[in-house]
Amino acid sequence: MKILSFNKILAMLLCFLVALSFCGCYCEEYIPSADYELSLEGEYNKSLAGTTLNVFNWGEYIPDGTEGSMDINKKFSELTGIKVNYTTYENNEAMYAKLKSGGVSYDIIIPSDYMIERMNKEKMLEKLDFSRISNYKYIDPQYKNLYFDPENEYSVPYSVGMVGLIYNTKTVKQKPDSWGTMWDEKYKGDILNFNNPRDAFAISQQFLGFDLNTTDKTQWDKAAHKLIEQKKILQSYVMDEIFQKMEDGEAAIAPYYAGDFLLMQENNPDLEFVYPKEGTNIFVDSVCVPKGCQNYEAAMLYINFLLEPDIALEIAEYVYYATPNTAVLENDDYSLKGNEYLYPEVYPKVQYFHDVDSDIRTYYEYLWESVKLA
Amino acid sequence: MNKKRTDFAQKLISAPYIVWSAIFIIVPLLMVAYYAFTDKSGAFTLDNISGLSRYAKTFGMSLLYAAEATVISLIIAYPLAYFMSNMKAGAQRMMSMLIMLPMWMNFLIRTYSWITILAKTGIINTLLSKIGIGPVQLINTPGAVVLGMVYNYLPYMVLPIYTVMVKIDKSLLEAADDLGSSPISRLRRVIFPMTVPGIISGITMVFVPSVSTFYISQKLGGGKTMLIGDVIEMQFQSSYNYNLGAAISLVLMVLILISLAVMNRFDDSEEGGILI
Repeated sequence: MKILSFNKILAMLLCFLVALSFCGCYCEEYIPSADYELSLEGEYNKSLAGTTLNVFNWGEYIPDGTEGSMDINKKFSELTGIKVNYTTYENNEAMYAKLKSGGVSYDIIIPSDYMIERMNKEKMLEKLDFSRISNYKYIDPQYKNLYFDPENEYSVPYSVGMVGLIYNTKTVKQKPDSWGTMWDEKYKGDILNFNNPRDAFAISQQFLGFDLNTTDKTQWDKAAHKLIEQKKILQSYVMDEIFQKMEDGEAAIAPYYAGDFLLMQENNPDLEFVYPKEGTNIFVDSVCVPKGCQNYEAAMLYINFLLEPDIALEIAEYVYYATPNTAVLENDDYSLKGNEYLYPEVYPKVQYFHDVDSDIRTYYEYLWESVKLA
Repeated sequence: MNKKRTDFAQKLISAPYIVWSAIFIIVPLLMVAYYAFTDKSGAFTLDNISGLSRYAKTFGMSLLYAAEATVISLIIAYPLAYFMSNMKAGAQRMMSMLIMLPMWMNFLIRTYSWITILAKTGIINTLLSKIGIGPVQLINTPGAVVLGMVYNYLPYMVLPIYTVMVKIDKSLLEAADDLGSSPISRLRRVIFPMTVPGIISGITMVFVPSVSTFYISQKLGGGKTMLIGDVIEMQFQSSYNYNLGAAISLVLMVLILISLAVMNRFDDSEEGGILI
């Protein structure tokens, strides 16, 4: 009796699991990746075949063959015979900590602007050999000579994004134009904010008209005060849950990146997006080679490959952020060409994050804690 | 001679466990203490501990929420365990299976699913608005956090109580009946004292994880009310202040120890604290 009942339960469970997995297969219909002939400009031969390239990138930041995209790393391996060892990180700080702790070796990383600045300061980056990155010519001059790499020696821009205000037109009837909307009592309980100090402070700093990288502690104090004030009407502090909450109509106002907004809007047409008049925060993620890389040759080849018009197009279509690659921007096949949110005609006032002193960092971390404890 | 040999054999057998607990229990504890009393450069300091008054309110709230969750769990678990222990053998196995079944699922997913139940556009509110009661604020409230704790840790309360209850000798209960005790006084004077060890370990196993939780409060509390677990998580994950994080952890450990010591005073039976 005992064994029988246990087996029955087990069998039921297994049936359920199998049914579930069928359900899963059914929903996610697999579309085979477009296998058209690539026209490549660089030279890709098998001279480095058999070597390994260690790529360390953000999660979901390169087409991997899912959802009908091209598997970029596989393509690169096919062309060159180089094995791509691909691992991901959650944020700049995690990537930095991993490199700093040693014991690992990567050939390619894709950090954001301020992190490149910090790594450069700490001599953690290798100079790139631009004579071997012929496709660098496609990078929009707007994204060259940026503050974190003024001489264009260490980085090649990969993608660009700007934060804006996402709102649900059902709740927010009038088109907002200011970060002040996030402090509007009318929307009590409908507002989300970033759950990390730098991004959350940026909203409040911009609303108050401050520099995002200020060294003036009283400005940080005021920004923190503003965040505490907001807590009364805030629904929650979130990061990636913003997607679900905005799509379901659980919340009506949230700050996030334009590219992510486009994905949310596909699932909830009531959503709209605006760049507030006070200005906003821009990021540029760029490809770099860290010191201690084991396969520099392959890394150069890989960077050039990522800049190939056809490959960059695949990346832009998958990542959904703005691309710095002019060949893609001019390509009529690019489904987001001239998209009003990614490439607005009137550019908002933008500010980059810079790598702030550890003194300031400790201070705003402390303030952030006070905000959360309040 | 013979005794000596068995002593030696016993030592030999227990050696791996002693080494194991030294490496994975004692050493980490010492490291926590070391970090708690040093600053970033490694010099001795008491600043980490003395700066903790800033978190007094958070400590208090965490202890309060955990206590609430523990009491509610006990109120639910005790009758449940009692009825379970009186069921037929097959039904008992079925019941304990059902109680353990949710634990096969990942803790994070179990908690996450409560979001879809409690959310403004969630299951409960959709039903409520169908019958004309507007959306009720369920999620991002202290109640939701306590609910999450109760839901996640209830099995740890039910199972130890149930285990001691099934072991109660039925002839004792018959004796109580024969000697004229009413069902209530039988429960109070016979069953309850015998289940105290189960209750104690149940309380321990619900209270301790509840007081240090961070995921539940983040997901069901909206990240606006921080519990002490959140503060600790923040020190390690984003502020990179290991020293302060260790100091908070150390104080939390001491507080938990005190709570348990106070509780153990109520337990005067011989086999008290079997699971601590």
